Amino acid sequence: MEMQGEKNISKHLVRKQDSIQSKFIKPSKATREDQLGKLICYLSIGMIVALVVCILYFITSRGLATFIQNHVGIWQFISGSSWNPGMVDGSGNPQVGALPMIVTSFGVTLLAALLATPFAIAMAVFMTEIAPQRGTKALQAVTELLVGIPSVVYGFIGLSVIVPAVRHLFGGTGFGILSGTLVLFVMILPTVTSLSVDSLRAVPIHYRQASLALGATRWQTIRKVVLKTATPGVLTAIVFGMARAFGEALAVQMVIGNAVLMPHSLVSPASTLTSQLTTQIGNTVMGTLPNNALWSLALVLLLMSLFFNLTVRFIGNWGKRKYES
Amino acid sequence: MTNVITTDNVRISYGDHEALHGINLNFQENQITALIGPSGCGKSTYLRSLNRMNDLIPNTTVTGEIRFRNNDIYSNSTDVVDLRKKIGMLFQQPNPFPLSVYENVAYGLKLSGVVNKRMLDERVEISLKQAAIWDEVKDSLNKNALSFSGGQQQRICMARVLAVQPEVILMDEPTSALDPISSAKIEETLMSIHDQFTIIIVTHNMQQAARISDKTAFLLNGDLVEFDQTEKMFINPKMDATSDYLNGKFG
Repeated sequence: MEMQGEKNISKHLVRKQDSIQSKFIKPSKATREDQLGKLICYLSIGMIVALVVCILYFITSRGLATFIQNHVGIWQFISGSSWNPGMVDGSGNPQVGALPMIVTSFGVTLLAALLATPFAIAMAVFMTEIAPQRGTKALQAVTELLVGIPSVVYGFIGLSVIVPAVRHLFGGTGFGILSGTLVLFVMILPTVTSLSVDSLRAVPIHYRQASLALGATRWQTIRKVVLKTATPGVLTAIVFGMARAFGEALAVQMVIGNAVLMPHSLVSPASTLTSQLTTQIGNTVMGTLPNNALWSLALVLLLMSLFFNLTVRFIGNWGKRKYES
Repeated sequence: MTNVITTDNVRISYGDHEALHGINLNFQENQITALIGPSGCGKSTYLRSLNRMNDLIPNTTVTGEIRFRNNDIYSNSTDVVDLRKKIGMLFQQPNPFPLSVYENVAYGLKLSGVVNKRMLDERVEISLKQAAIWDEVKDSLNKNALSFSGGQQQRICMARVLAVQPEVILMDEPTSALDPISSAKIEETLMSIHDQFTIIIVTHNMQQAARISDKTAFLLNGDLVEFDQTEKMFINPKMDATSDYLNGKFG
């Protein structure tokens, strides 16, 4: 009897040990949830990466077809100034010179950034330094509103207000780089402003205090400390604005005139890379040279956005080196 | 001895909350005055009212009278910018600008319109020497001030204040963020310049107050409890509260 009792007890102990052991060996509910979360995360990332790779591959392969299948020289594409992909010139070469569009795209982008920067900085300074409460409330609403307006509405306003005004003031048709610049200026203003505001807000309050305590006026503090320290951030804001201007298609297309000609003045009709794409992509047949040539324009746009991204990174690193020890 | 700053019945409120309930204190020329008291007693608030840095905090009201060289600093005709050139300030956290050491120290001078390179060089060197940091930075004047240690940064900030040649220097716990060795260097600097400047220093470190100050004021809950020669106060405080605080019974 006694023996059996001991046996029972030891059996019981073994069973207890087993259950503890299995508890530690088997993954708990929390662990399983953890792994499931990781799995979902990796799956989503994998899909996005695959999607991006597909897009890059598609644009690149189509964009390079102009040069590989149709044997157009890259230099001819970049520096040629006559664009008429369906036709051949006197010596039998297809007319796929993209220079007028590249120049126009850069023209409107740079001019719009040049115009928007002082206004954006002024607004940002007003919102962060001069009237942080009142100003932020009012101008924040304005910038958010500007972001929310669809680009076709900007284009429409440009078409019905800016183009006639430019025509009236400077002659010509009114379509051209100047009108495009003015429309883009309003469109990129909120981007540049809100990013500039962020970078001014990131300037530590103790820099301002130190400057004021040394007998600086508020304006001196803004100019010599706040804006100086925020320079990398403001530059980043400008580049983001330029990226947006470079990529904007619809609104620009409505006011630029869409003539693939080398712009000889700010009020002569021209065409950007994007406006040419939006107007022409429906008129070409996939696999033909006119279609491939448009894909090449898309490839140029892609490379440019890559360039803008790299610039932003470069500025960020430079700012870190300069303003953080 | 002449009084450089006199304050009469100074009350300061943040919104509805009154942080100081009428402080009368006078600060004499070329003396170091320590303001001590537990956290929240209002000593920093009081200090910041002396060069109107409280103006930067919304909803702050200052009543009573604060006179600098017998001019009411809160009168409408006072030029705050000019006032702050004469009453400099050193903060708790070292706060050099993210510029070179040279640019930091020359900052205040350039604001005042000094453009002569030789004069700037000279003032920068003198100030850095006064702040006892010259030997450590003289070969790297163009290096970013943020790349130095906390103690070095604080002495660069000190040089930056000295370069403007203020009459009064306000210090808001200038060594509380520093290690003991750096603190000692700051204290040495104070001792070496205190015959040229009037210094008002807020400190949590009672030994520091005892070591460096000529006079000490003890504040508690927005009231001035005791103000006397430092020696007298530390050896034989008049008020029980002062004695209790100095002996570490609260604080």
